[in-house]
Amino acid sequence: MSVPHAKLPGWAEYGLIPLVNLAVAFLISGLVVLIVGESPLEAAYHMINGAFGRGEYIGFTLYYTTTFIFTGLAVAVAFHCGLFNIGGEGQAYIGGIGVALACLSFDHTLPWYLVFPIAILGAAFFGALWALIPGWLLARRGSHIVITTIMFNFIAASLMNYLLNKVFKPLGSMSLETRTFDAGGQLPKLDWLMSIFGLSVGTAPFNISFLLALLAAFGVWVLIWRTRLGYEMRTMGHSPAAARYAGIKEAKIIVITMMISGGLAGMMALNPIMGEQFRMQLDFVQGAGFVGIAVALMGRSHPAGIIPAALLFGMLYQGGAEISFEMPSISRDMIVIIQGLVILFAGALEHMFRPAITRLVLGLSPKTRNVAATKGA
Amino acid sequence: MSELAIELQGIDKSFGLVHANRNINLKVRKGTIHGIIGENGAGKSTLMSILYGFYQADHGDILVDGRKADIRDPNAAIAAGIGMVHQHFMLVENFTVLENIMLGAEESQILNAGITKARAELKRLEKEYALEVDPDAVIEELPVGIQQRVEILKALYRRADILILDEPTGVLTPAEADHLFRILEQLKAEGKTVLLITHKLREIMAITDEVSVMRRGEMVATRTTKETSVEELAELMVGRRVLLRVEKGEAKPADVKLSVKNLTVRDSRGVTMVDDVSFDIRAGEIVGIAGVAGNGQSELLEAISGIRRAKSGTVLLNGKPIDVTGHADPAELRKRGLAHVPEDRHHVGLVLKFEESENAILGYHDDPKYRKGMLLDIDAIRADAEEKIAAYDIRPPNPRLKTANFSGGNQQKIVLAREMERDPDVLVIGQPTRGVDVGAIEFIHRRIIEMRDQGKAVLLVSVELDEIRALSDRILVMFAGRVVGERTPDASEGELGLLMAGVEGRKEAAE
Repeated sequence: MSVPHAKLPGWAEYGLIPLVNLAVAFLISGLVVLIVGESPLEAAYHMINGAFGRGEYIGFTLYYTTTFIFTGLAVAVAFHCGLFNIGGEGQAYIGGIGVALACLSFDHTLPWYLVFPIAILGAAFFGALWALIPGWLLARRGSHIVITTIMFNFIAASLMNYLLNKVFKPLGSMSLETRTFDAGGQLPKLDWLMSIFGLSVGTAPFNISFLLALLAAFGVWVLIWRTRLGYEMRTMGHSPAAARYAGIKEAKIIVITMMISGGLAGMMALNPIMGEQFRMQLDFVQGAGFVGIAVALMGRSHPAGIIPAALLFGMLYQGGAEISFEMPSISRDMIVIIQGLVILFAGALEHMFRPAITRLVLGLSPKTRNVAATKGA
Repeated sequence: MSELAIELQGIDKSFGLVHANRNINLKVRKGTIHGIIGENGAGKSTLMSILYGFYQADHGDILVDGRKADIRDPNAAIAAGIGMVHQHFMLVENFTVLENIMLGAEESQILNAGITKARAELKRLEKEYALEVDPDAVIEELPVGIQQRVEILKALYRRADILILDEPTGVLTPAEADHLFRILEQLKAEGKTVLLITHKLREIMAITDEVSVMRRGEMVATRTTKETSVEELAELMVGRRVLLRVEKGEAKPADVKLSVKNLTVRDSRGVTMVDDVSFDIRAGEIVGIAGVAGNGQSELLEAISGIRRAKSGTVLLNGKPIDVTGHADPAELRKRGLAHVPEDRHHVGLVLKFEESENAILGYHDDPKYRKGMLLDIDAIRADAEEKIAAYDIRPPNPRLKTANFSGGNQQKIVLAREMERDPDVLVIGQPTRGVDVGAIEFIHRRIIEMRDQGKAVLLVSVELDEIRALSDRILVMFAGRVVGERTPDASEGELGLLMAGVEGRKEAAE
């Protein structure tokens, strides 16, 4: 007989457990700060204040959030199909080619609202292309997707190094980046959105691709739970044998899923390239592809979970930068430790506190007790 | 010394909201064979897992030999003299018999001394209980019946006085099962106590001294086997009167609907699993395939339904070929009128994490009636699921409930409803009632016969010989990938058993 899993009410499953995990991660982070000889409370203050204290800080937090929503969705889509796409980093990096090409070609001639759709298509196309190859290798040759996508991150890094050096860099320039785009290659900031709340975005690069990220999140929800393709993807993710039985074309679904996943990762490139720097620089992804894995894990691969998880990591990025600025003995590496702890507890050790919480929740609430009694009868 | 080998007092166990065992009291007398019977999900396995230390009871005491025992893990159970033979053997496939028996009881880092000792001890045990096994044979090369013997030896080697067997005959031929029962009798004669968990009433009647019946987590009755009957036990198990015999009229076979010719299937290692099999099935008849699990029935079903590629041979569906050696597409076969109830509903026939309504369209999900523009029409899908739930009395009647939360019988009804309601020409069914409770078995059997009477061609594969005999109009027996004989359903069990065991049996031989 199978062991029946205890079922928790939704608020505990999706609220309490993640909160407890987070709290433990922050508690241990506090200990680390203490060991370094600084005050954890002060660090916490700088973290929160740095992330949400002013309109400008919020703007930065949401800027990072935008990036993580894209990469988180990318991992989640693949995950629903049972594929662990570790290659978001490389796919986002290559996606940058599409954005750069669109901007470099049209920034003089077209307004941003016409360049933007072209750049979206370009980013998605190149990201999808980079994910297509590992997907195809899996579908055709059975190559393990984790291995191939990791390797493709390295290939992407080398390729971009080459392209920036030999193709994109303007003549005479010393730095590995494209030229700066004209107005057509610059996305407008979301000043109006911030001013609704009486805040000013200041210098923060909080731009319109945030809205695109939210739209993408909704699109992913529709795709996964409301389309035939999503149904087939989920069937494969839960049970490849059932998918075969149902006549679902495995190879086709793998390739399509990887392309959607890669496309979403690629769209991340819009945010830094068109939204902040107005040029494509070396290593503009800065690990966002990997953070996407943590975001997807924390958000349980559901768009409604991914958005808050991305916000959390946006806060860690922005608030963390602020800590290292305000408290010189805490270096940026410390922030990486804190992020690592969050990933560890919210992702890898997700179930550590589950048995205790289950006992507590089911033991305390008399209503669930009654349910237990009638169900067992 | 106590009269009782085991006494359970007020054992209670919940898994979250599921109350798996409720205030269980049980007395097992020493030197007896005690049966525990109940439907799937009645809590038998949970109870035995508590006794063997896999789970801890929430309340209640376990007394072994009259003393309270604290069984917190399997090691404690072994120390208390309890051994267990699991339904799925816990053997290391590429180790020898001797190595498996020693595993976990090596006694020192250097194996040599232990091996000598174990070999001597094994000899003694073999003699004492008539359990012949070659100690140097590698497990994966032994037939399942012998593997099971190794499991028993393993328990005896650890000085078990009380032996728990969980559904021991599921994988055995009738002859192997008989042999097992002789071994159990021998163990009893040597003063051991045997706890036999099963859902097969016949076994209980054949071998036990006493029998306890579980239903929905409770121990509802204990009877002396001699003083009870199959009918009474079935009623106790289900909680109502059950019809054990299926009633069916004469078959009226018409045109050939499914024709299999010289079909050969190999598995991924290249081993021939189905070897040159040919047969026809006509509209309005049920052809049953009998055989011990693992003799090619599964591969045969998979090849016909397009899931597994065949090496050679042809299959005609309604007179038109299925591309079994190439890219047969299960989705296309469904459209051509072939419905398939797979053997393994947990991994193949259903996605347990889906809600019921999502499983009710699995394989038929590209039907336009489930679509609205580019999206799935969730309302139509749920309405469709509700109709099937009503028609097949699936409980609880909630299309949004996660499939894993339905009982085995209701899960099977979800699959059957999906496959039968499409009015197929050919219905291919594997293990229709495996892990299904007695009440649902009756329903499923009636449905299968209804399908036949509506003029469908039914191919039935089951390891339950009783089921094959009760439902089939013709019986094919498979052994080692070949069809070794065809019989009518009134062939004796002994005759079929010999065929299943690979002995080219005749009636005389069976008597």
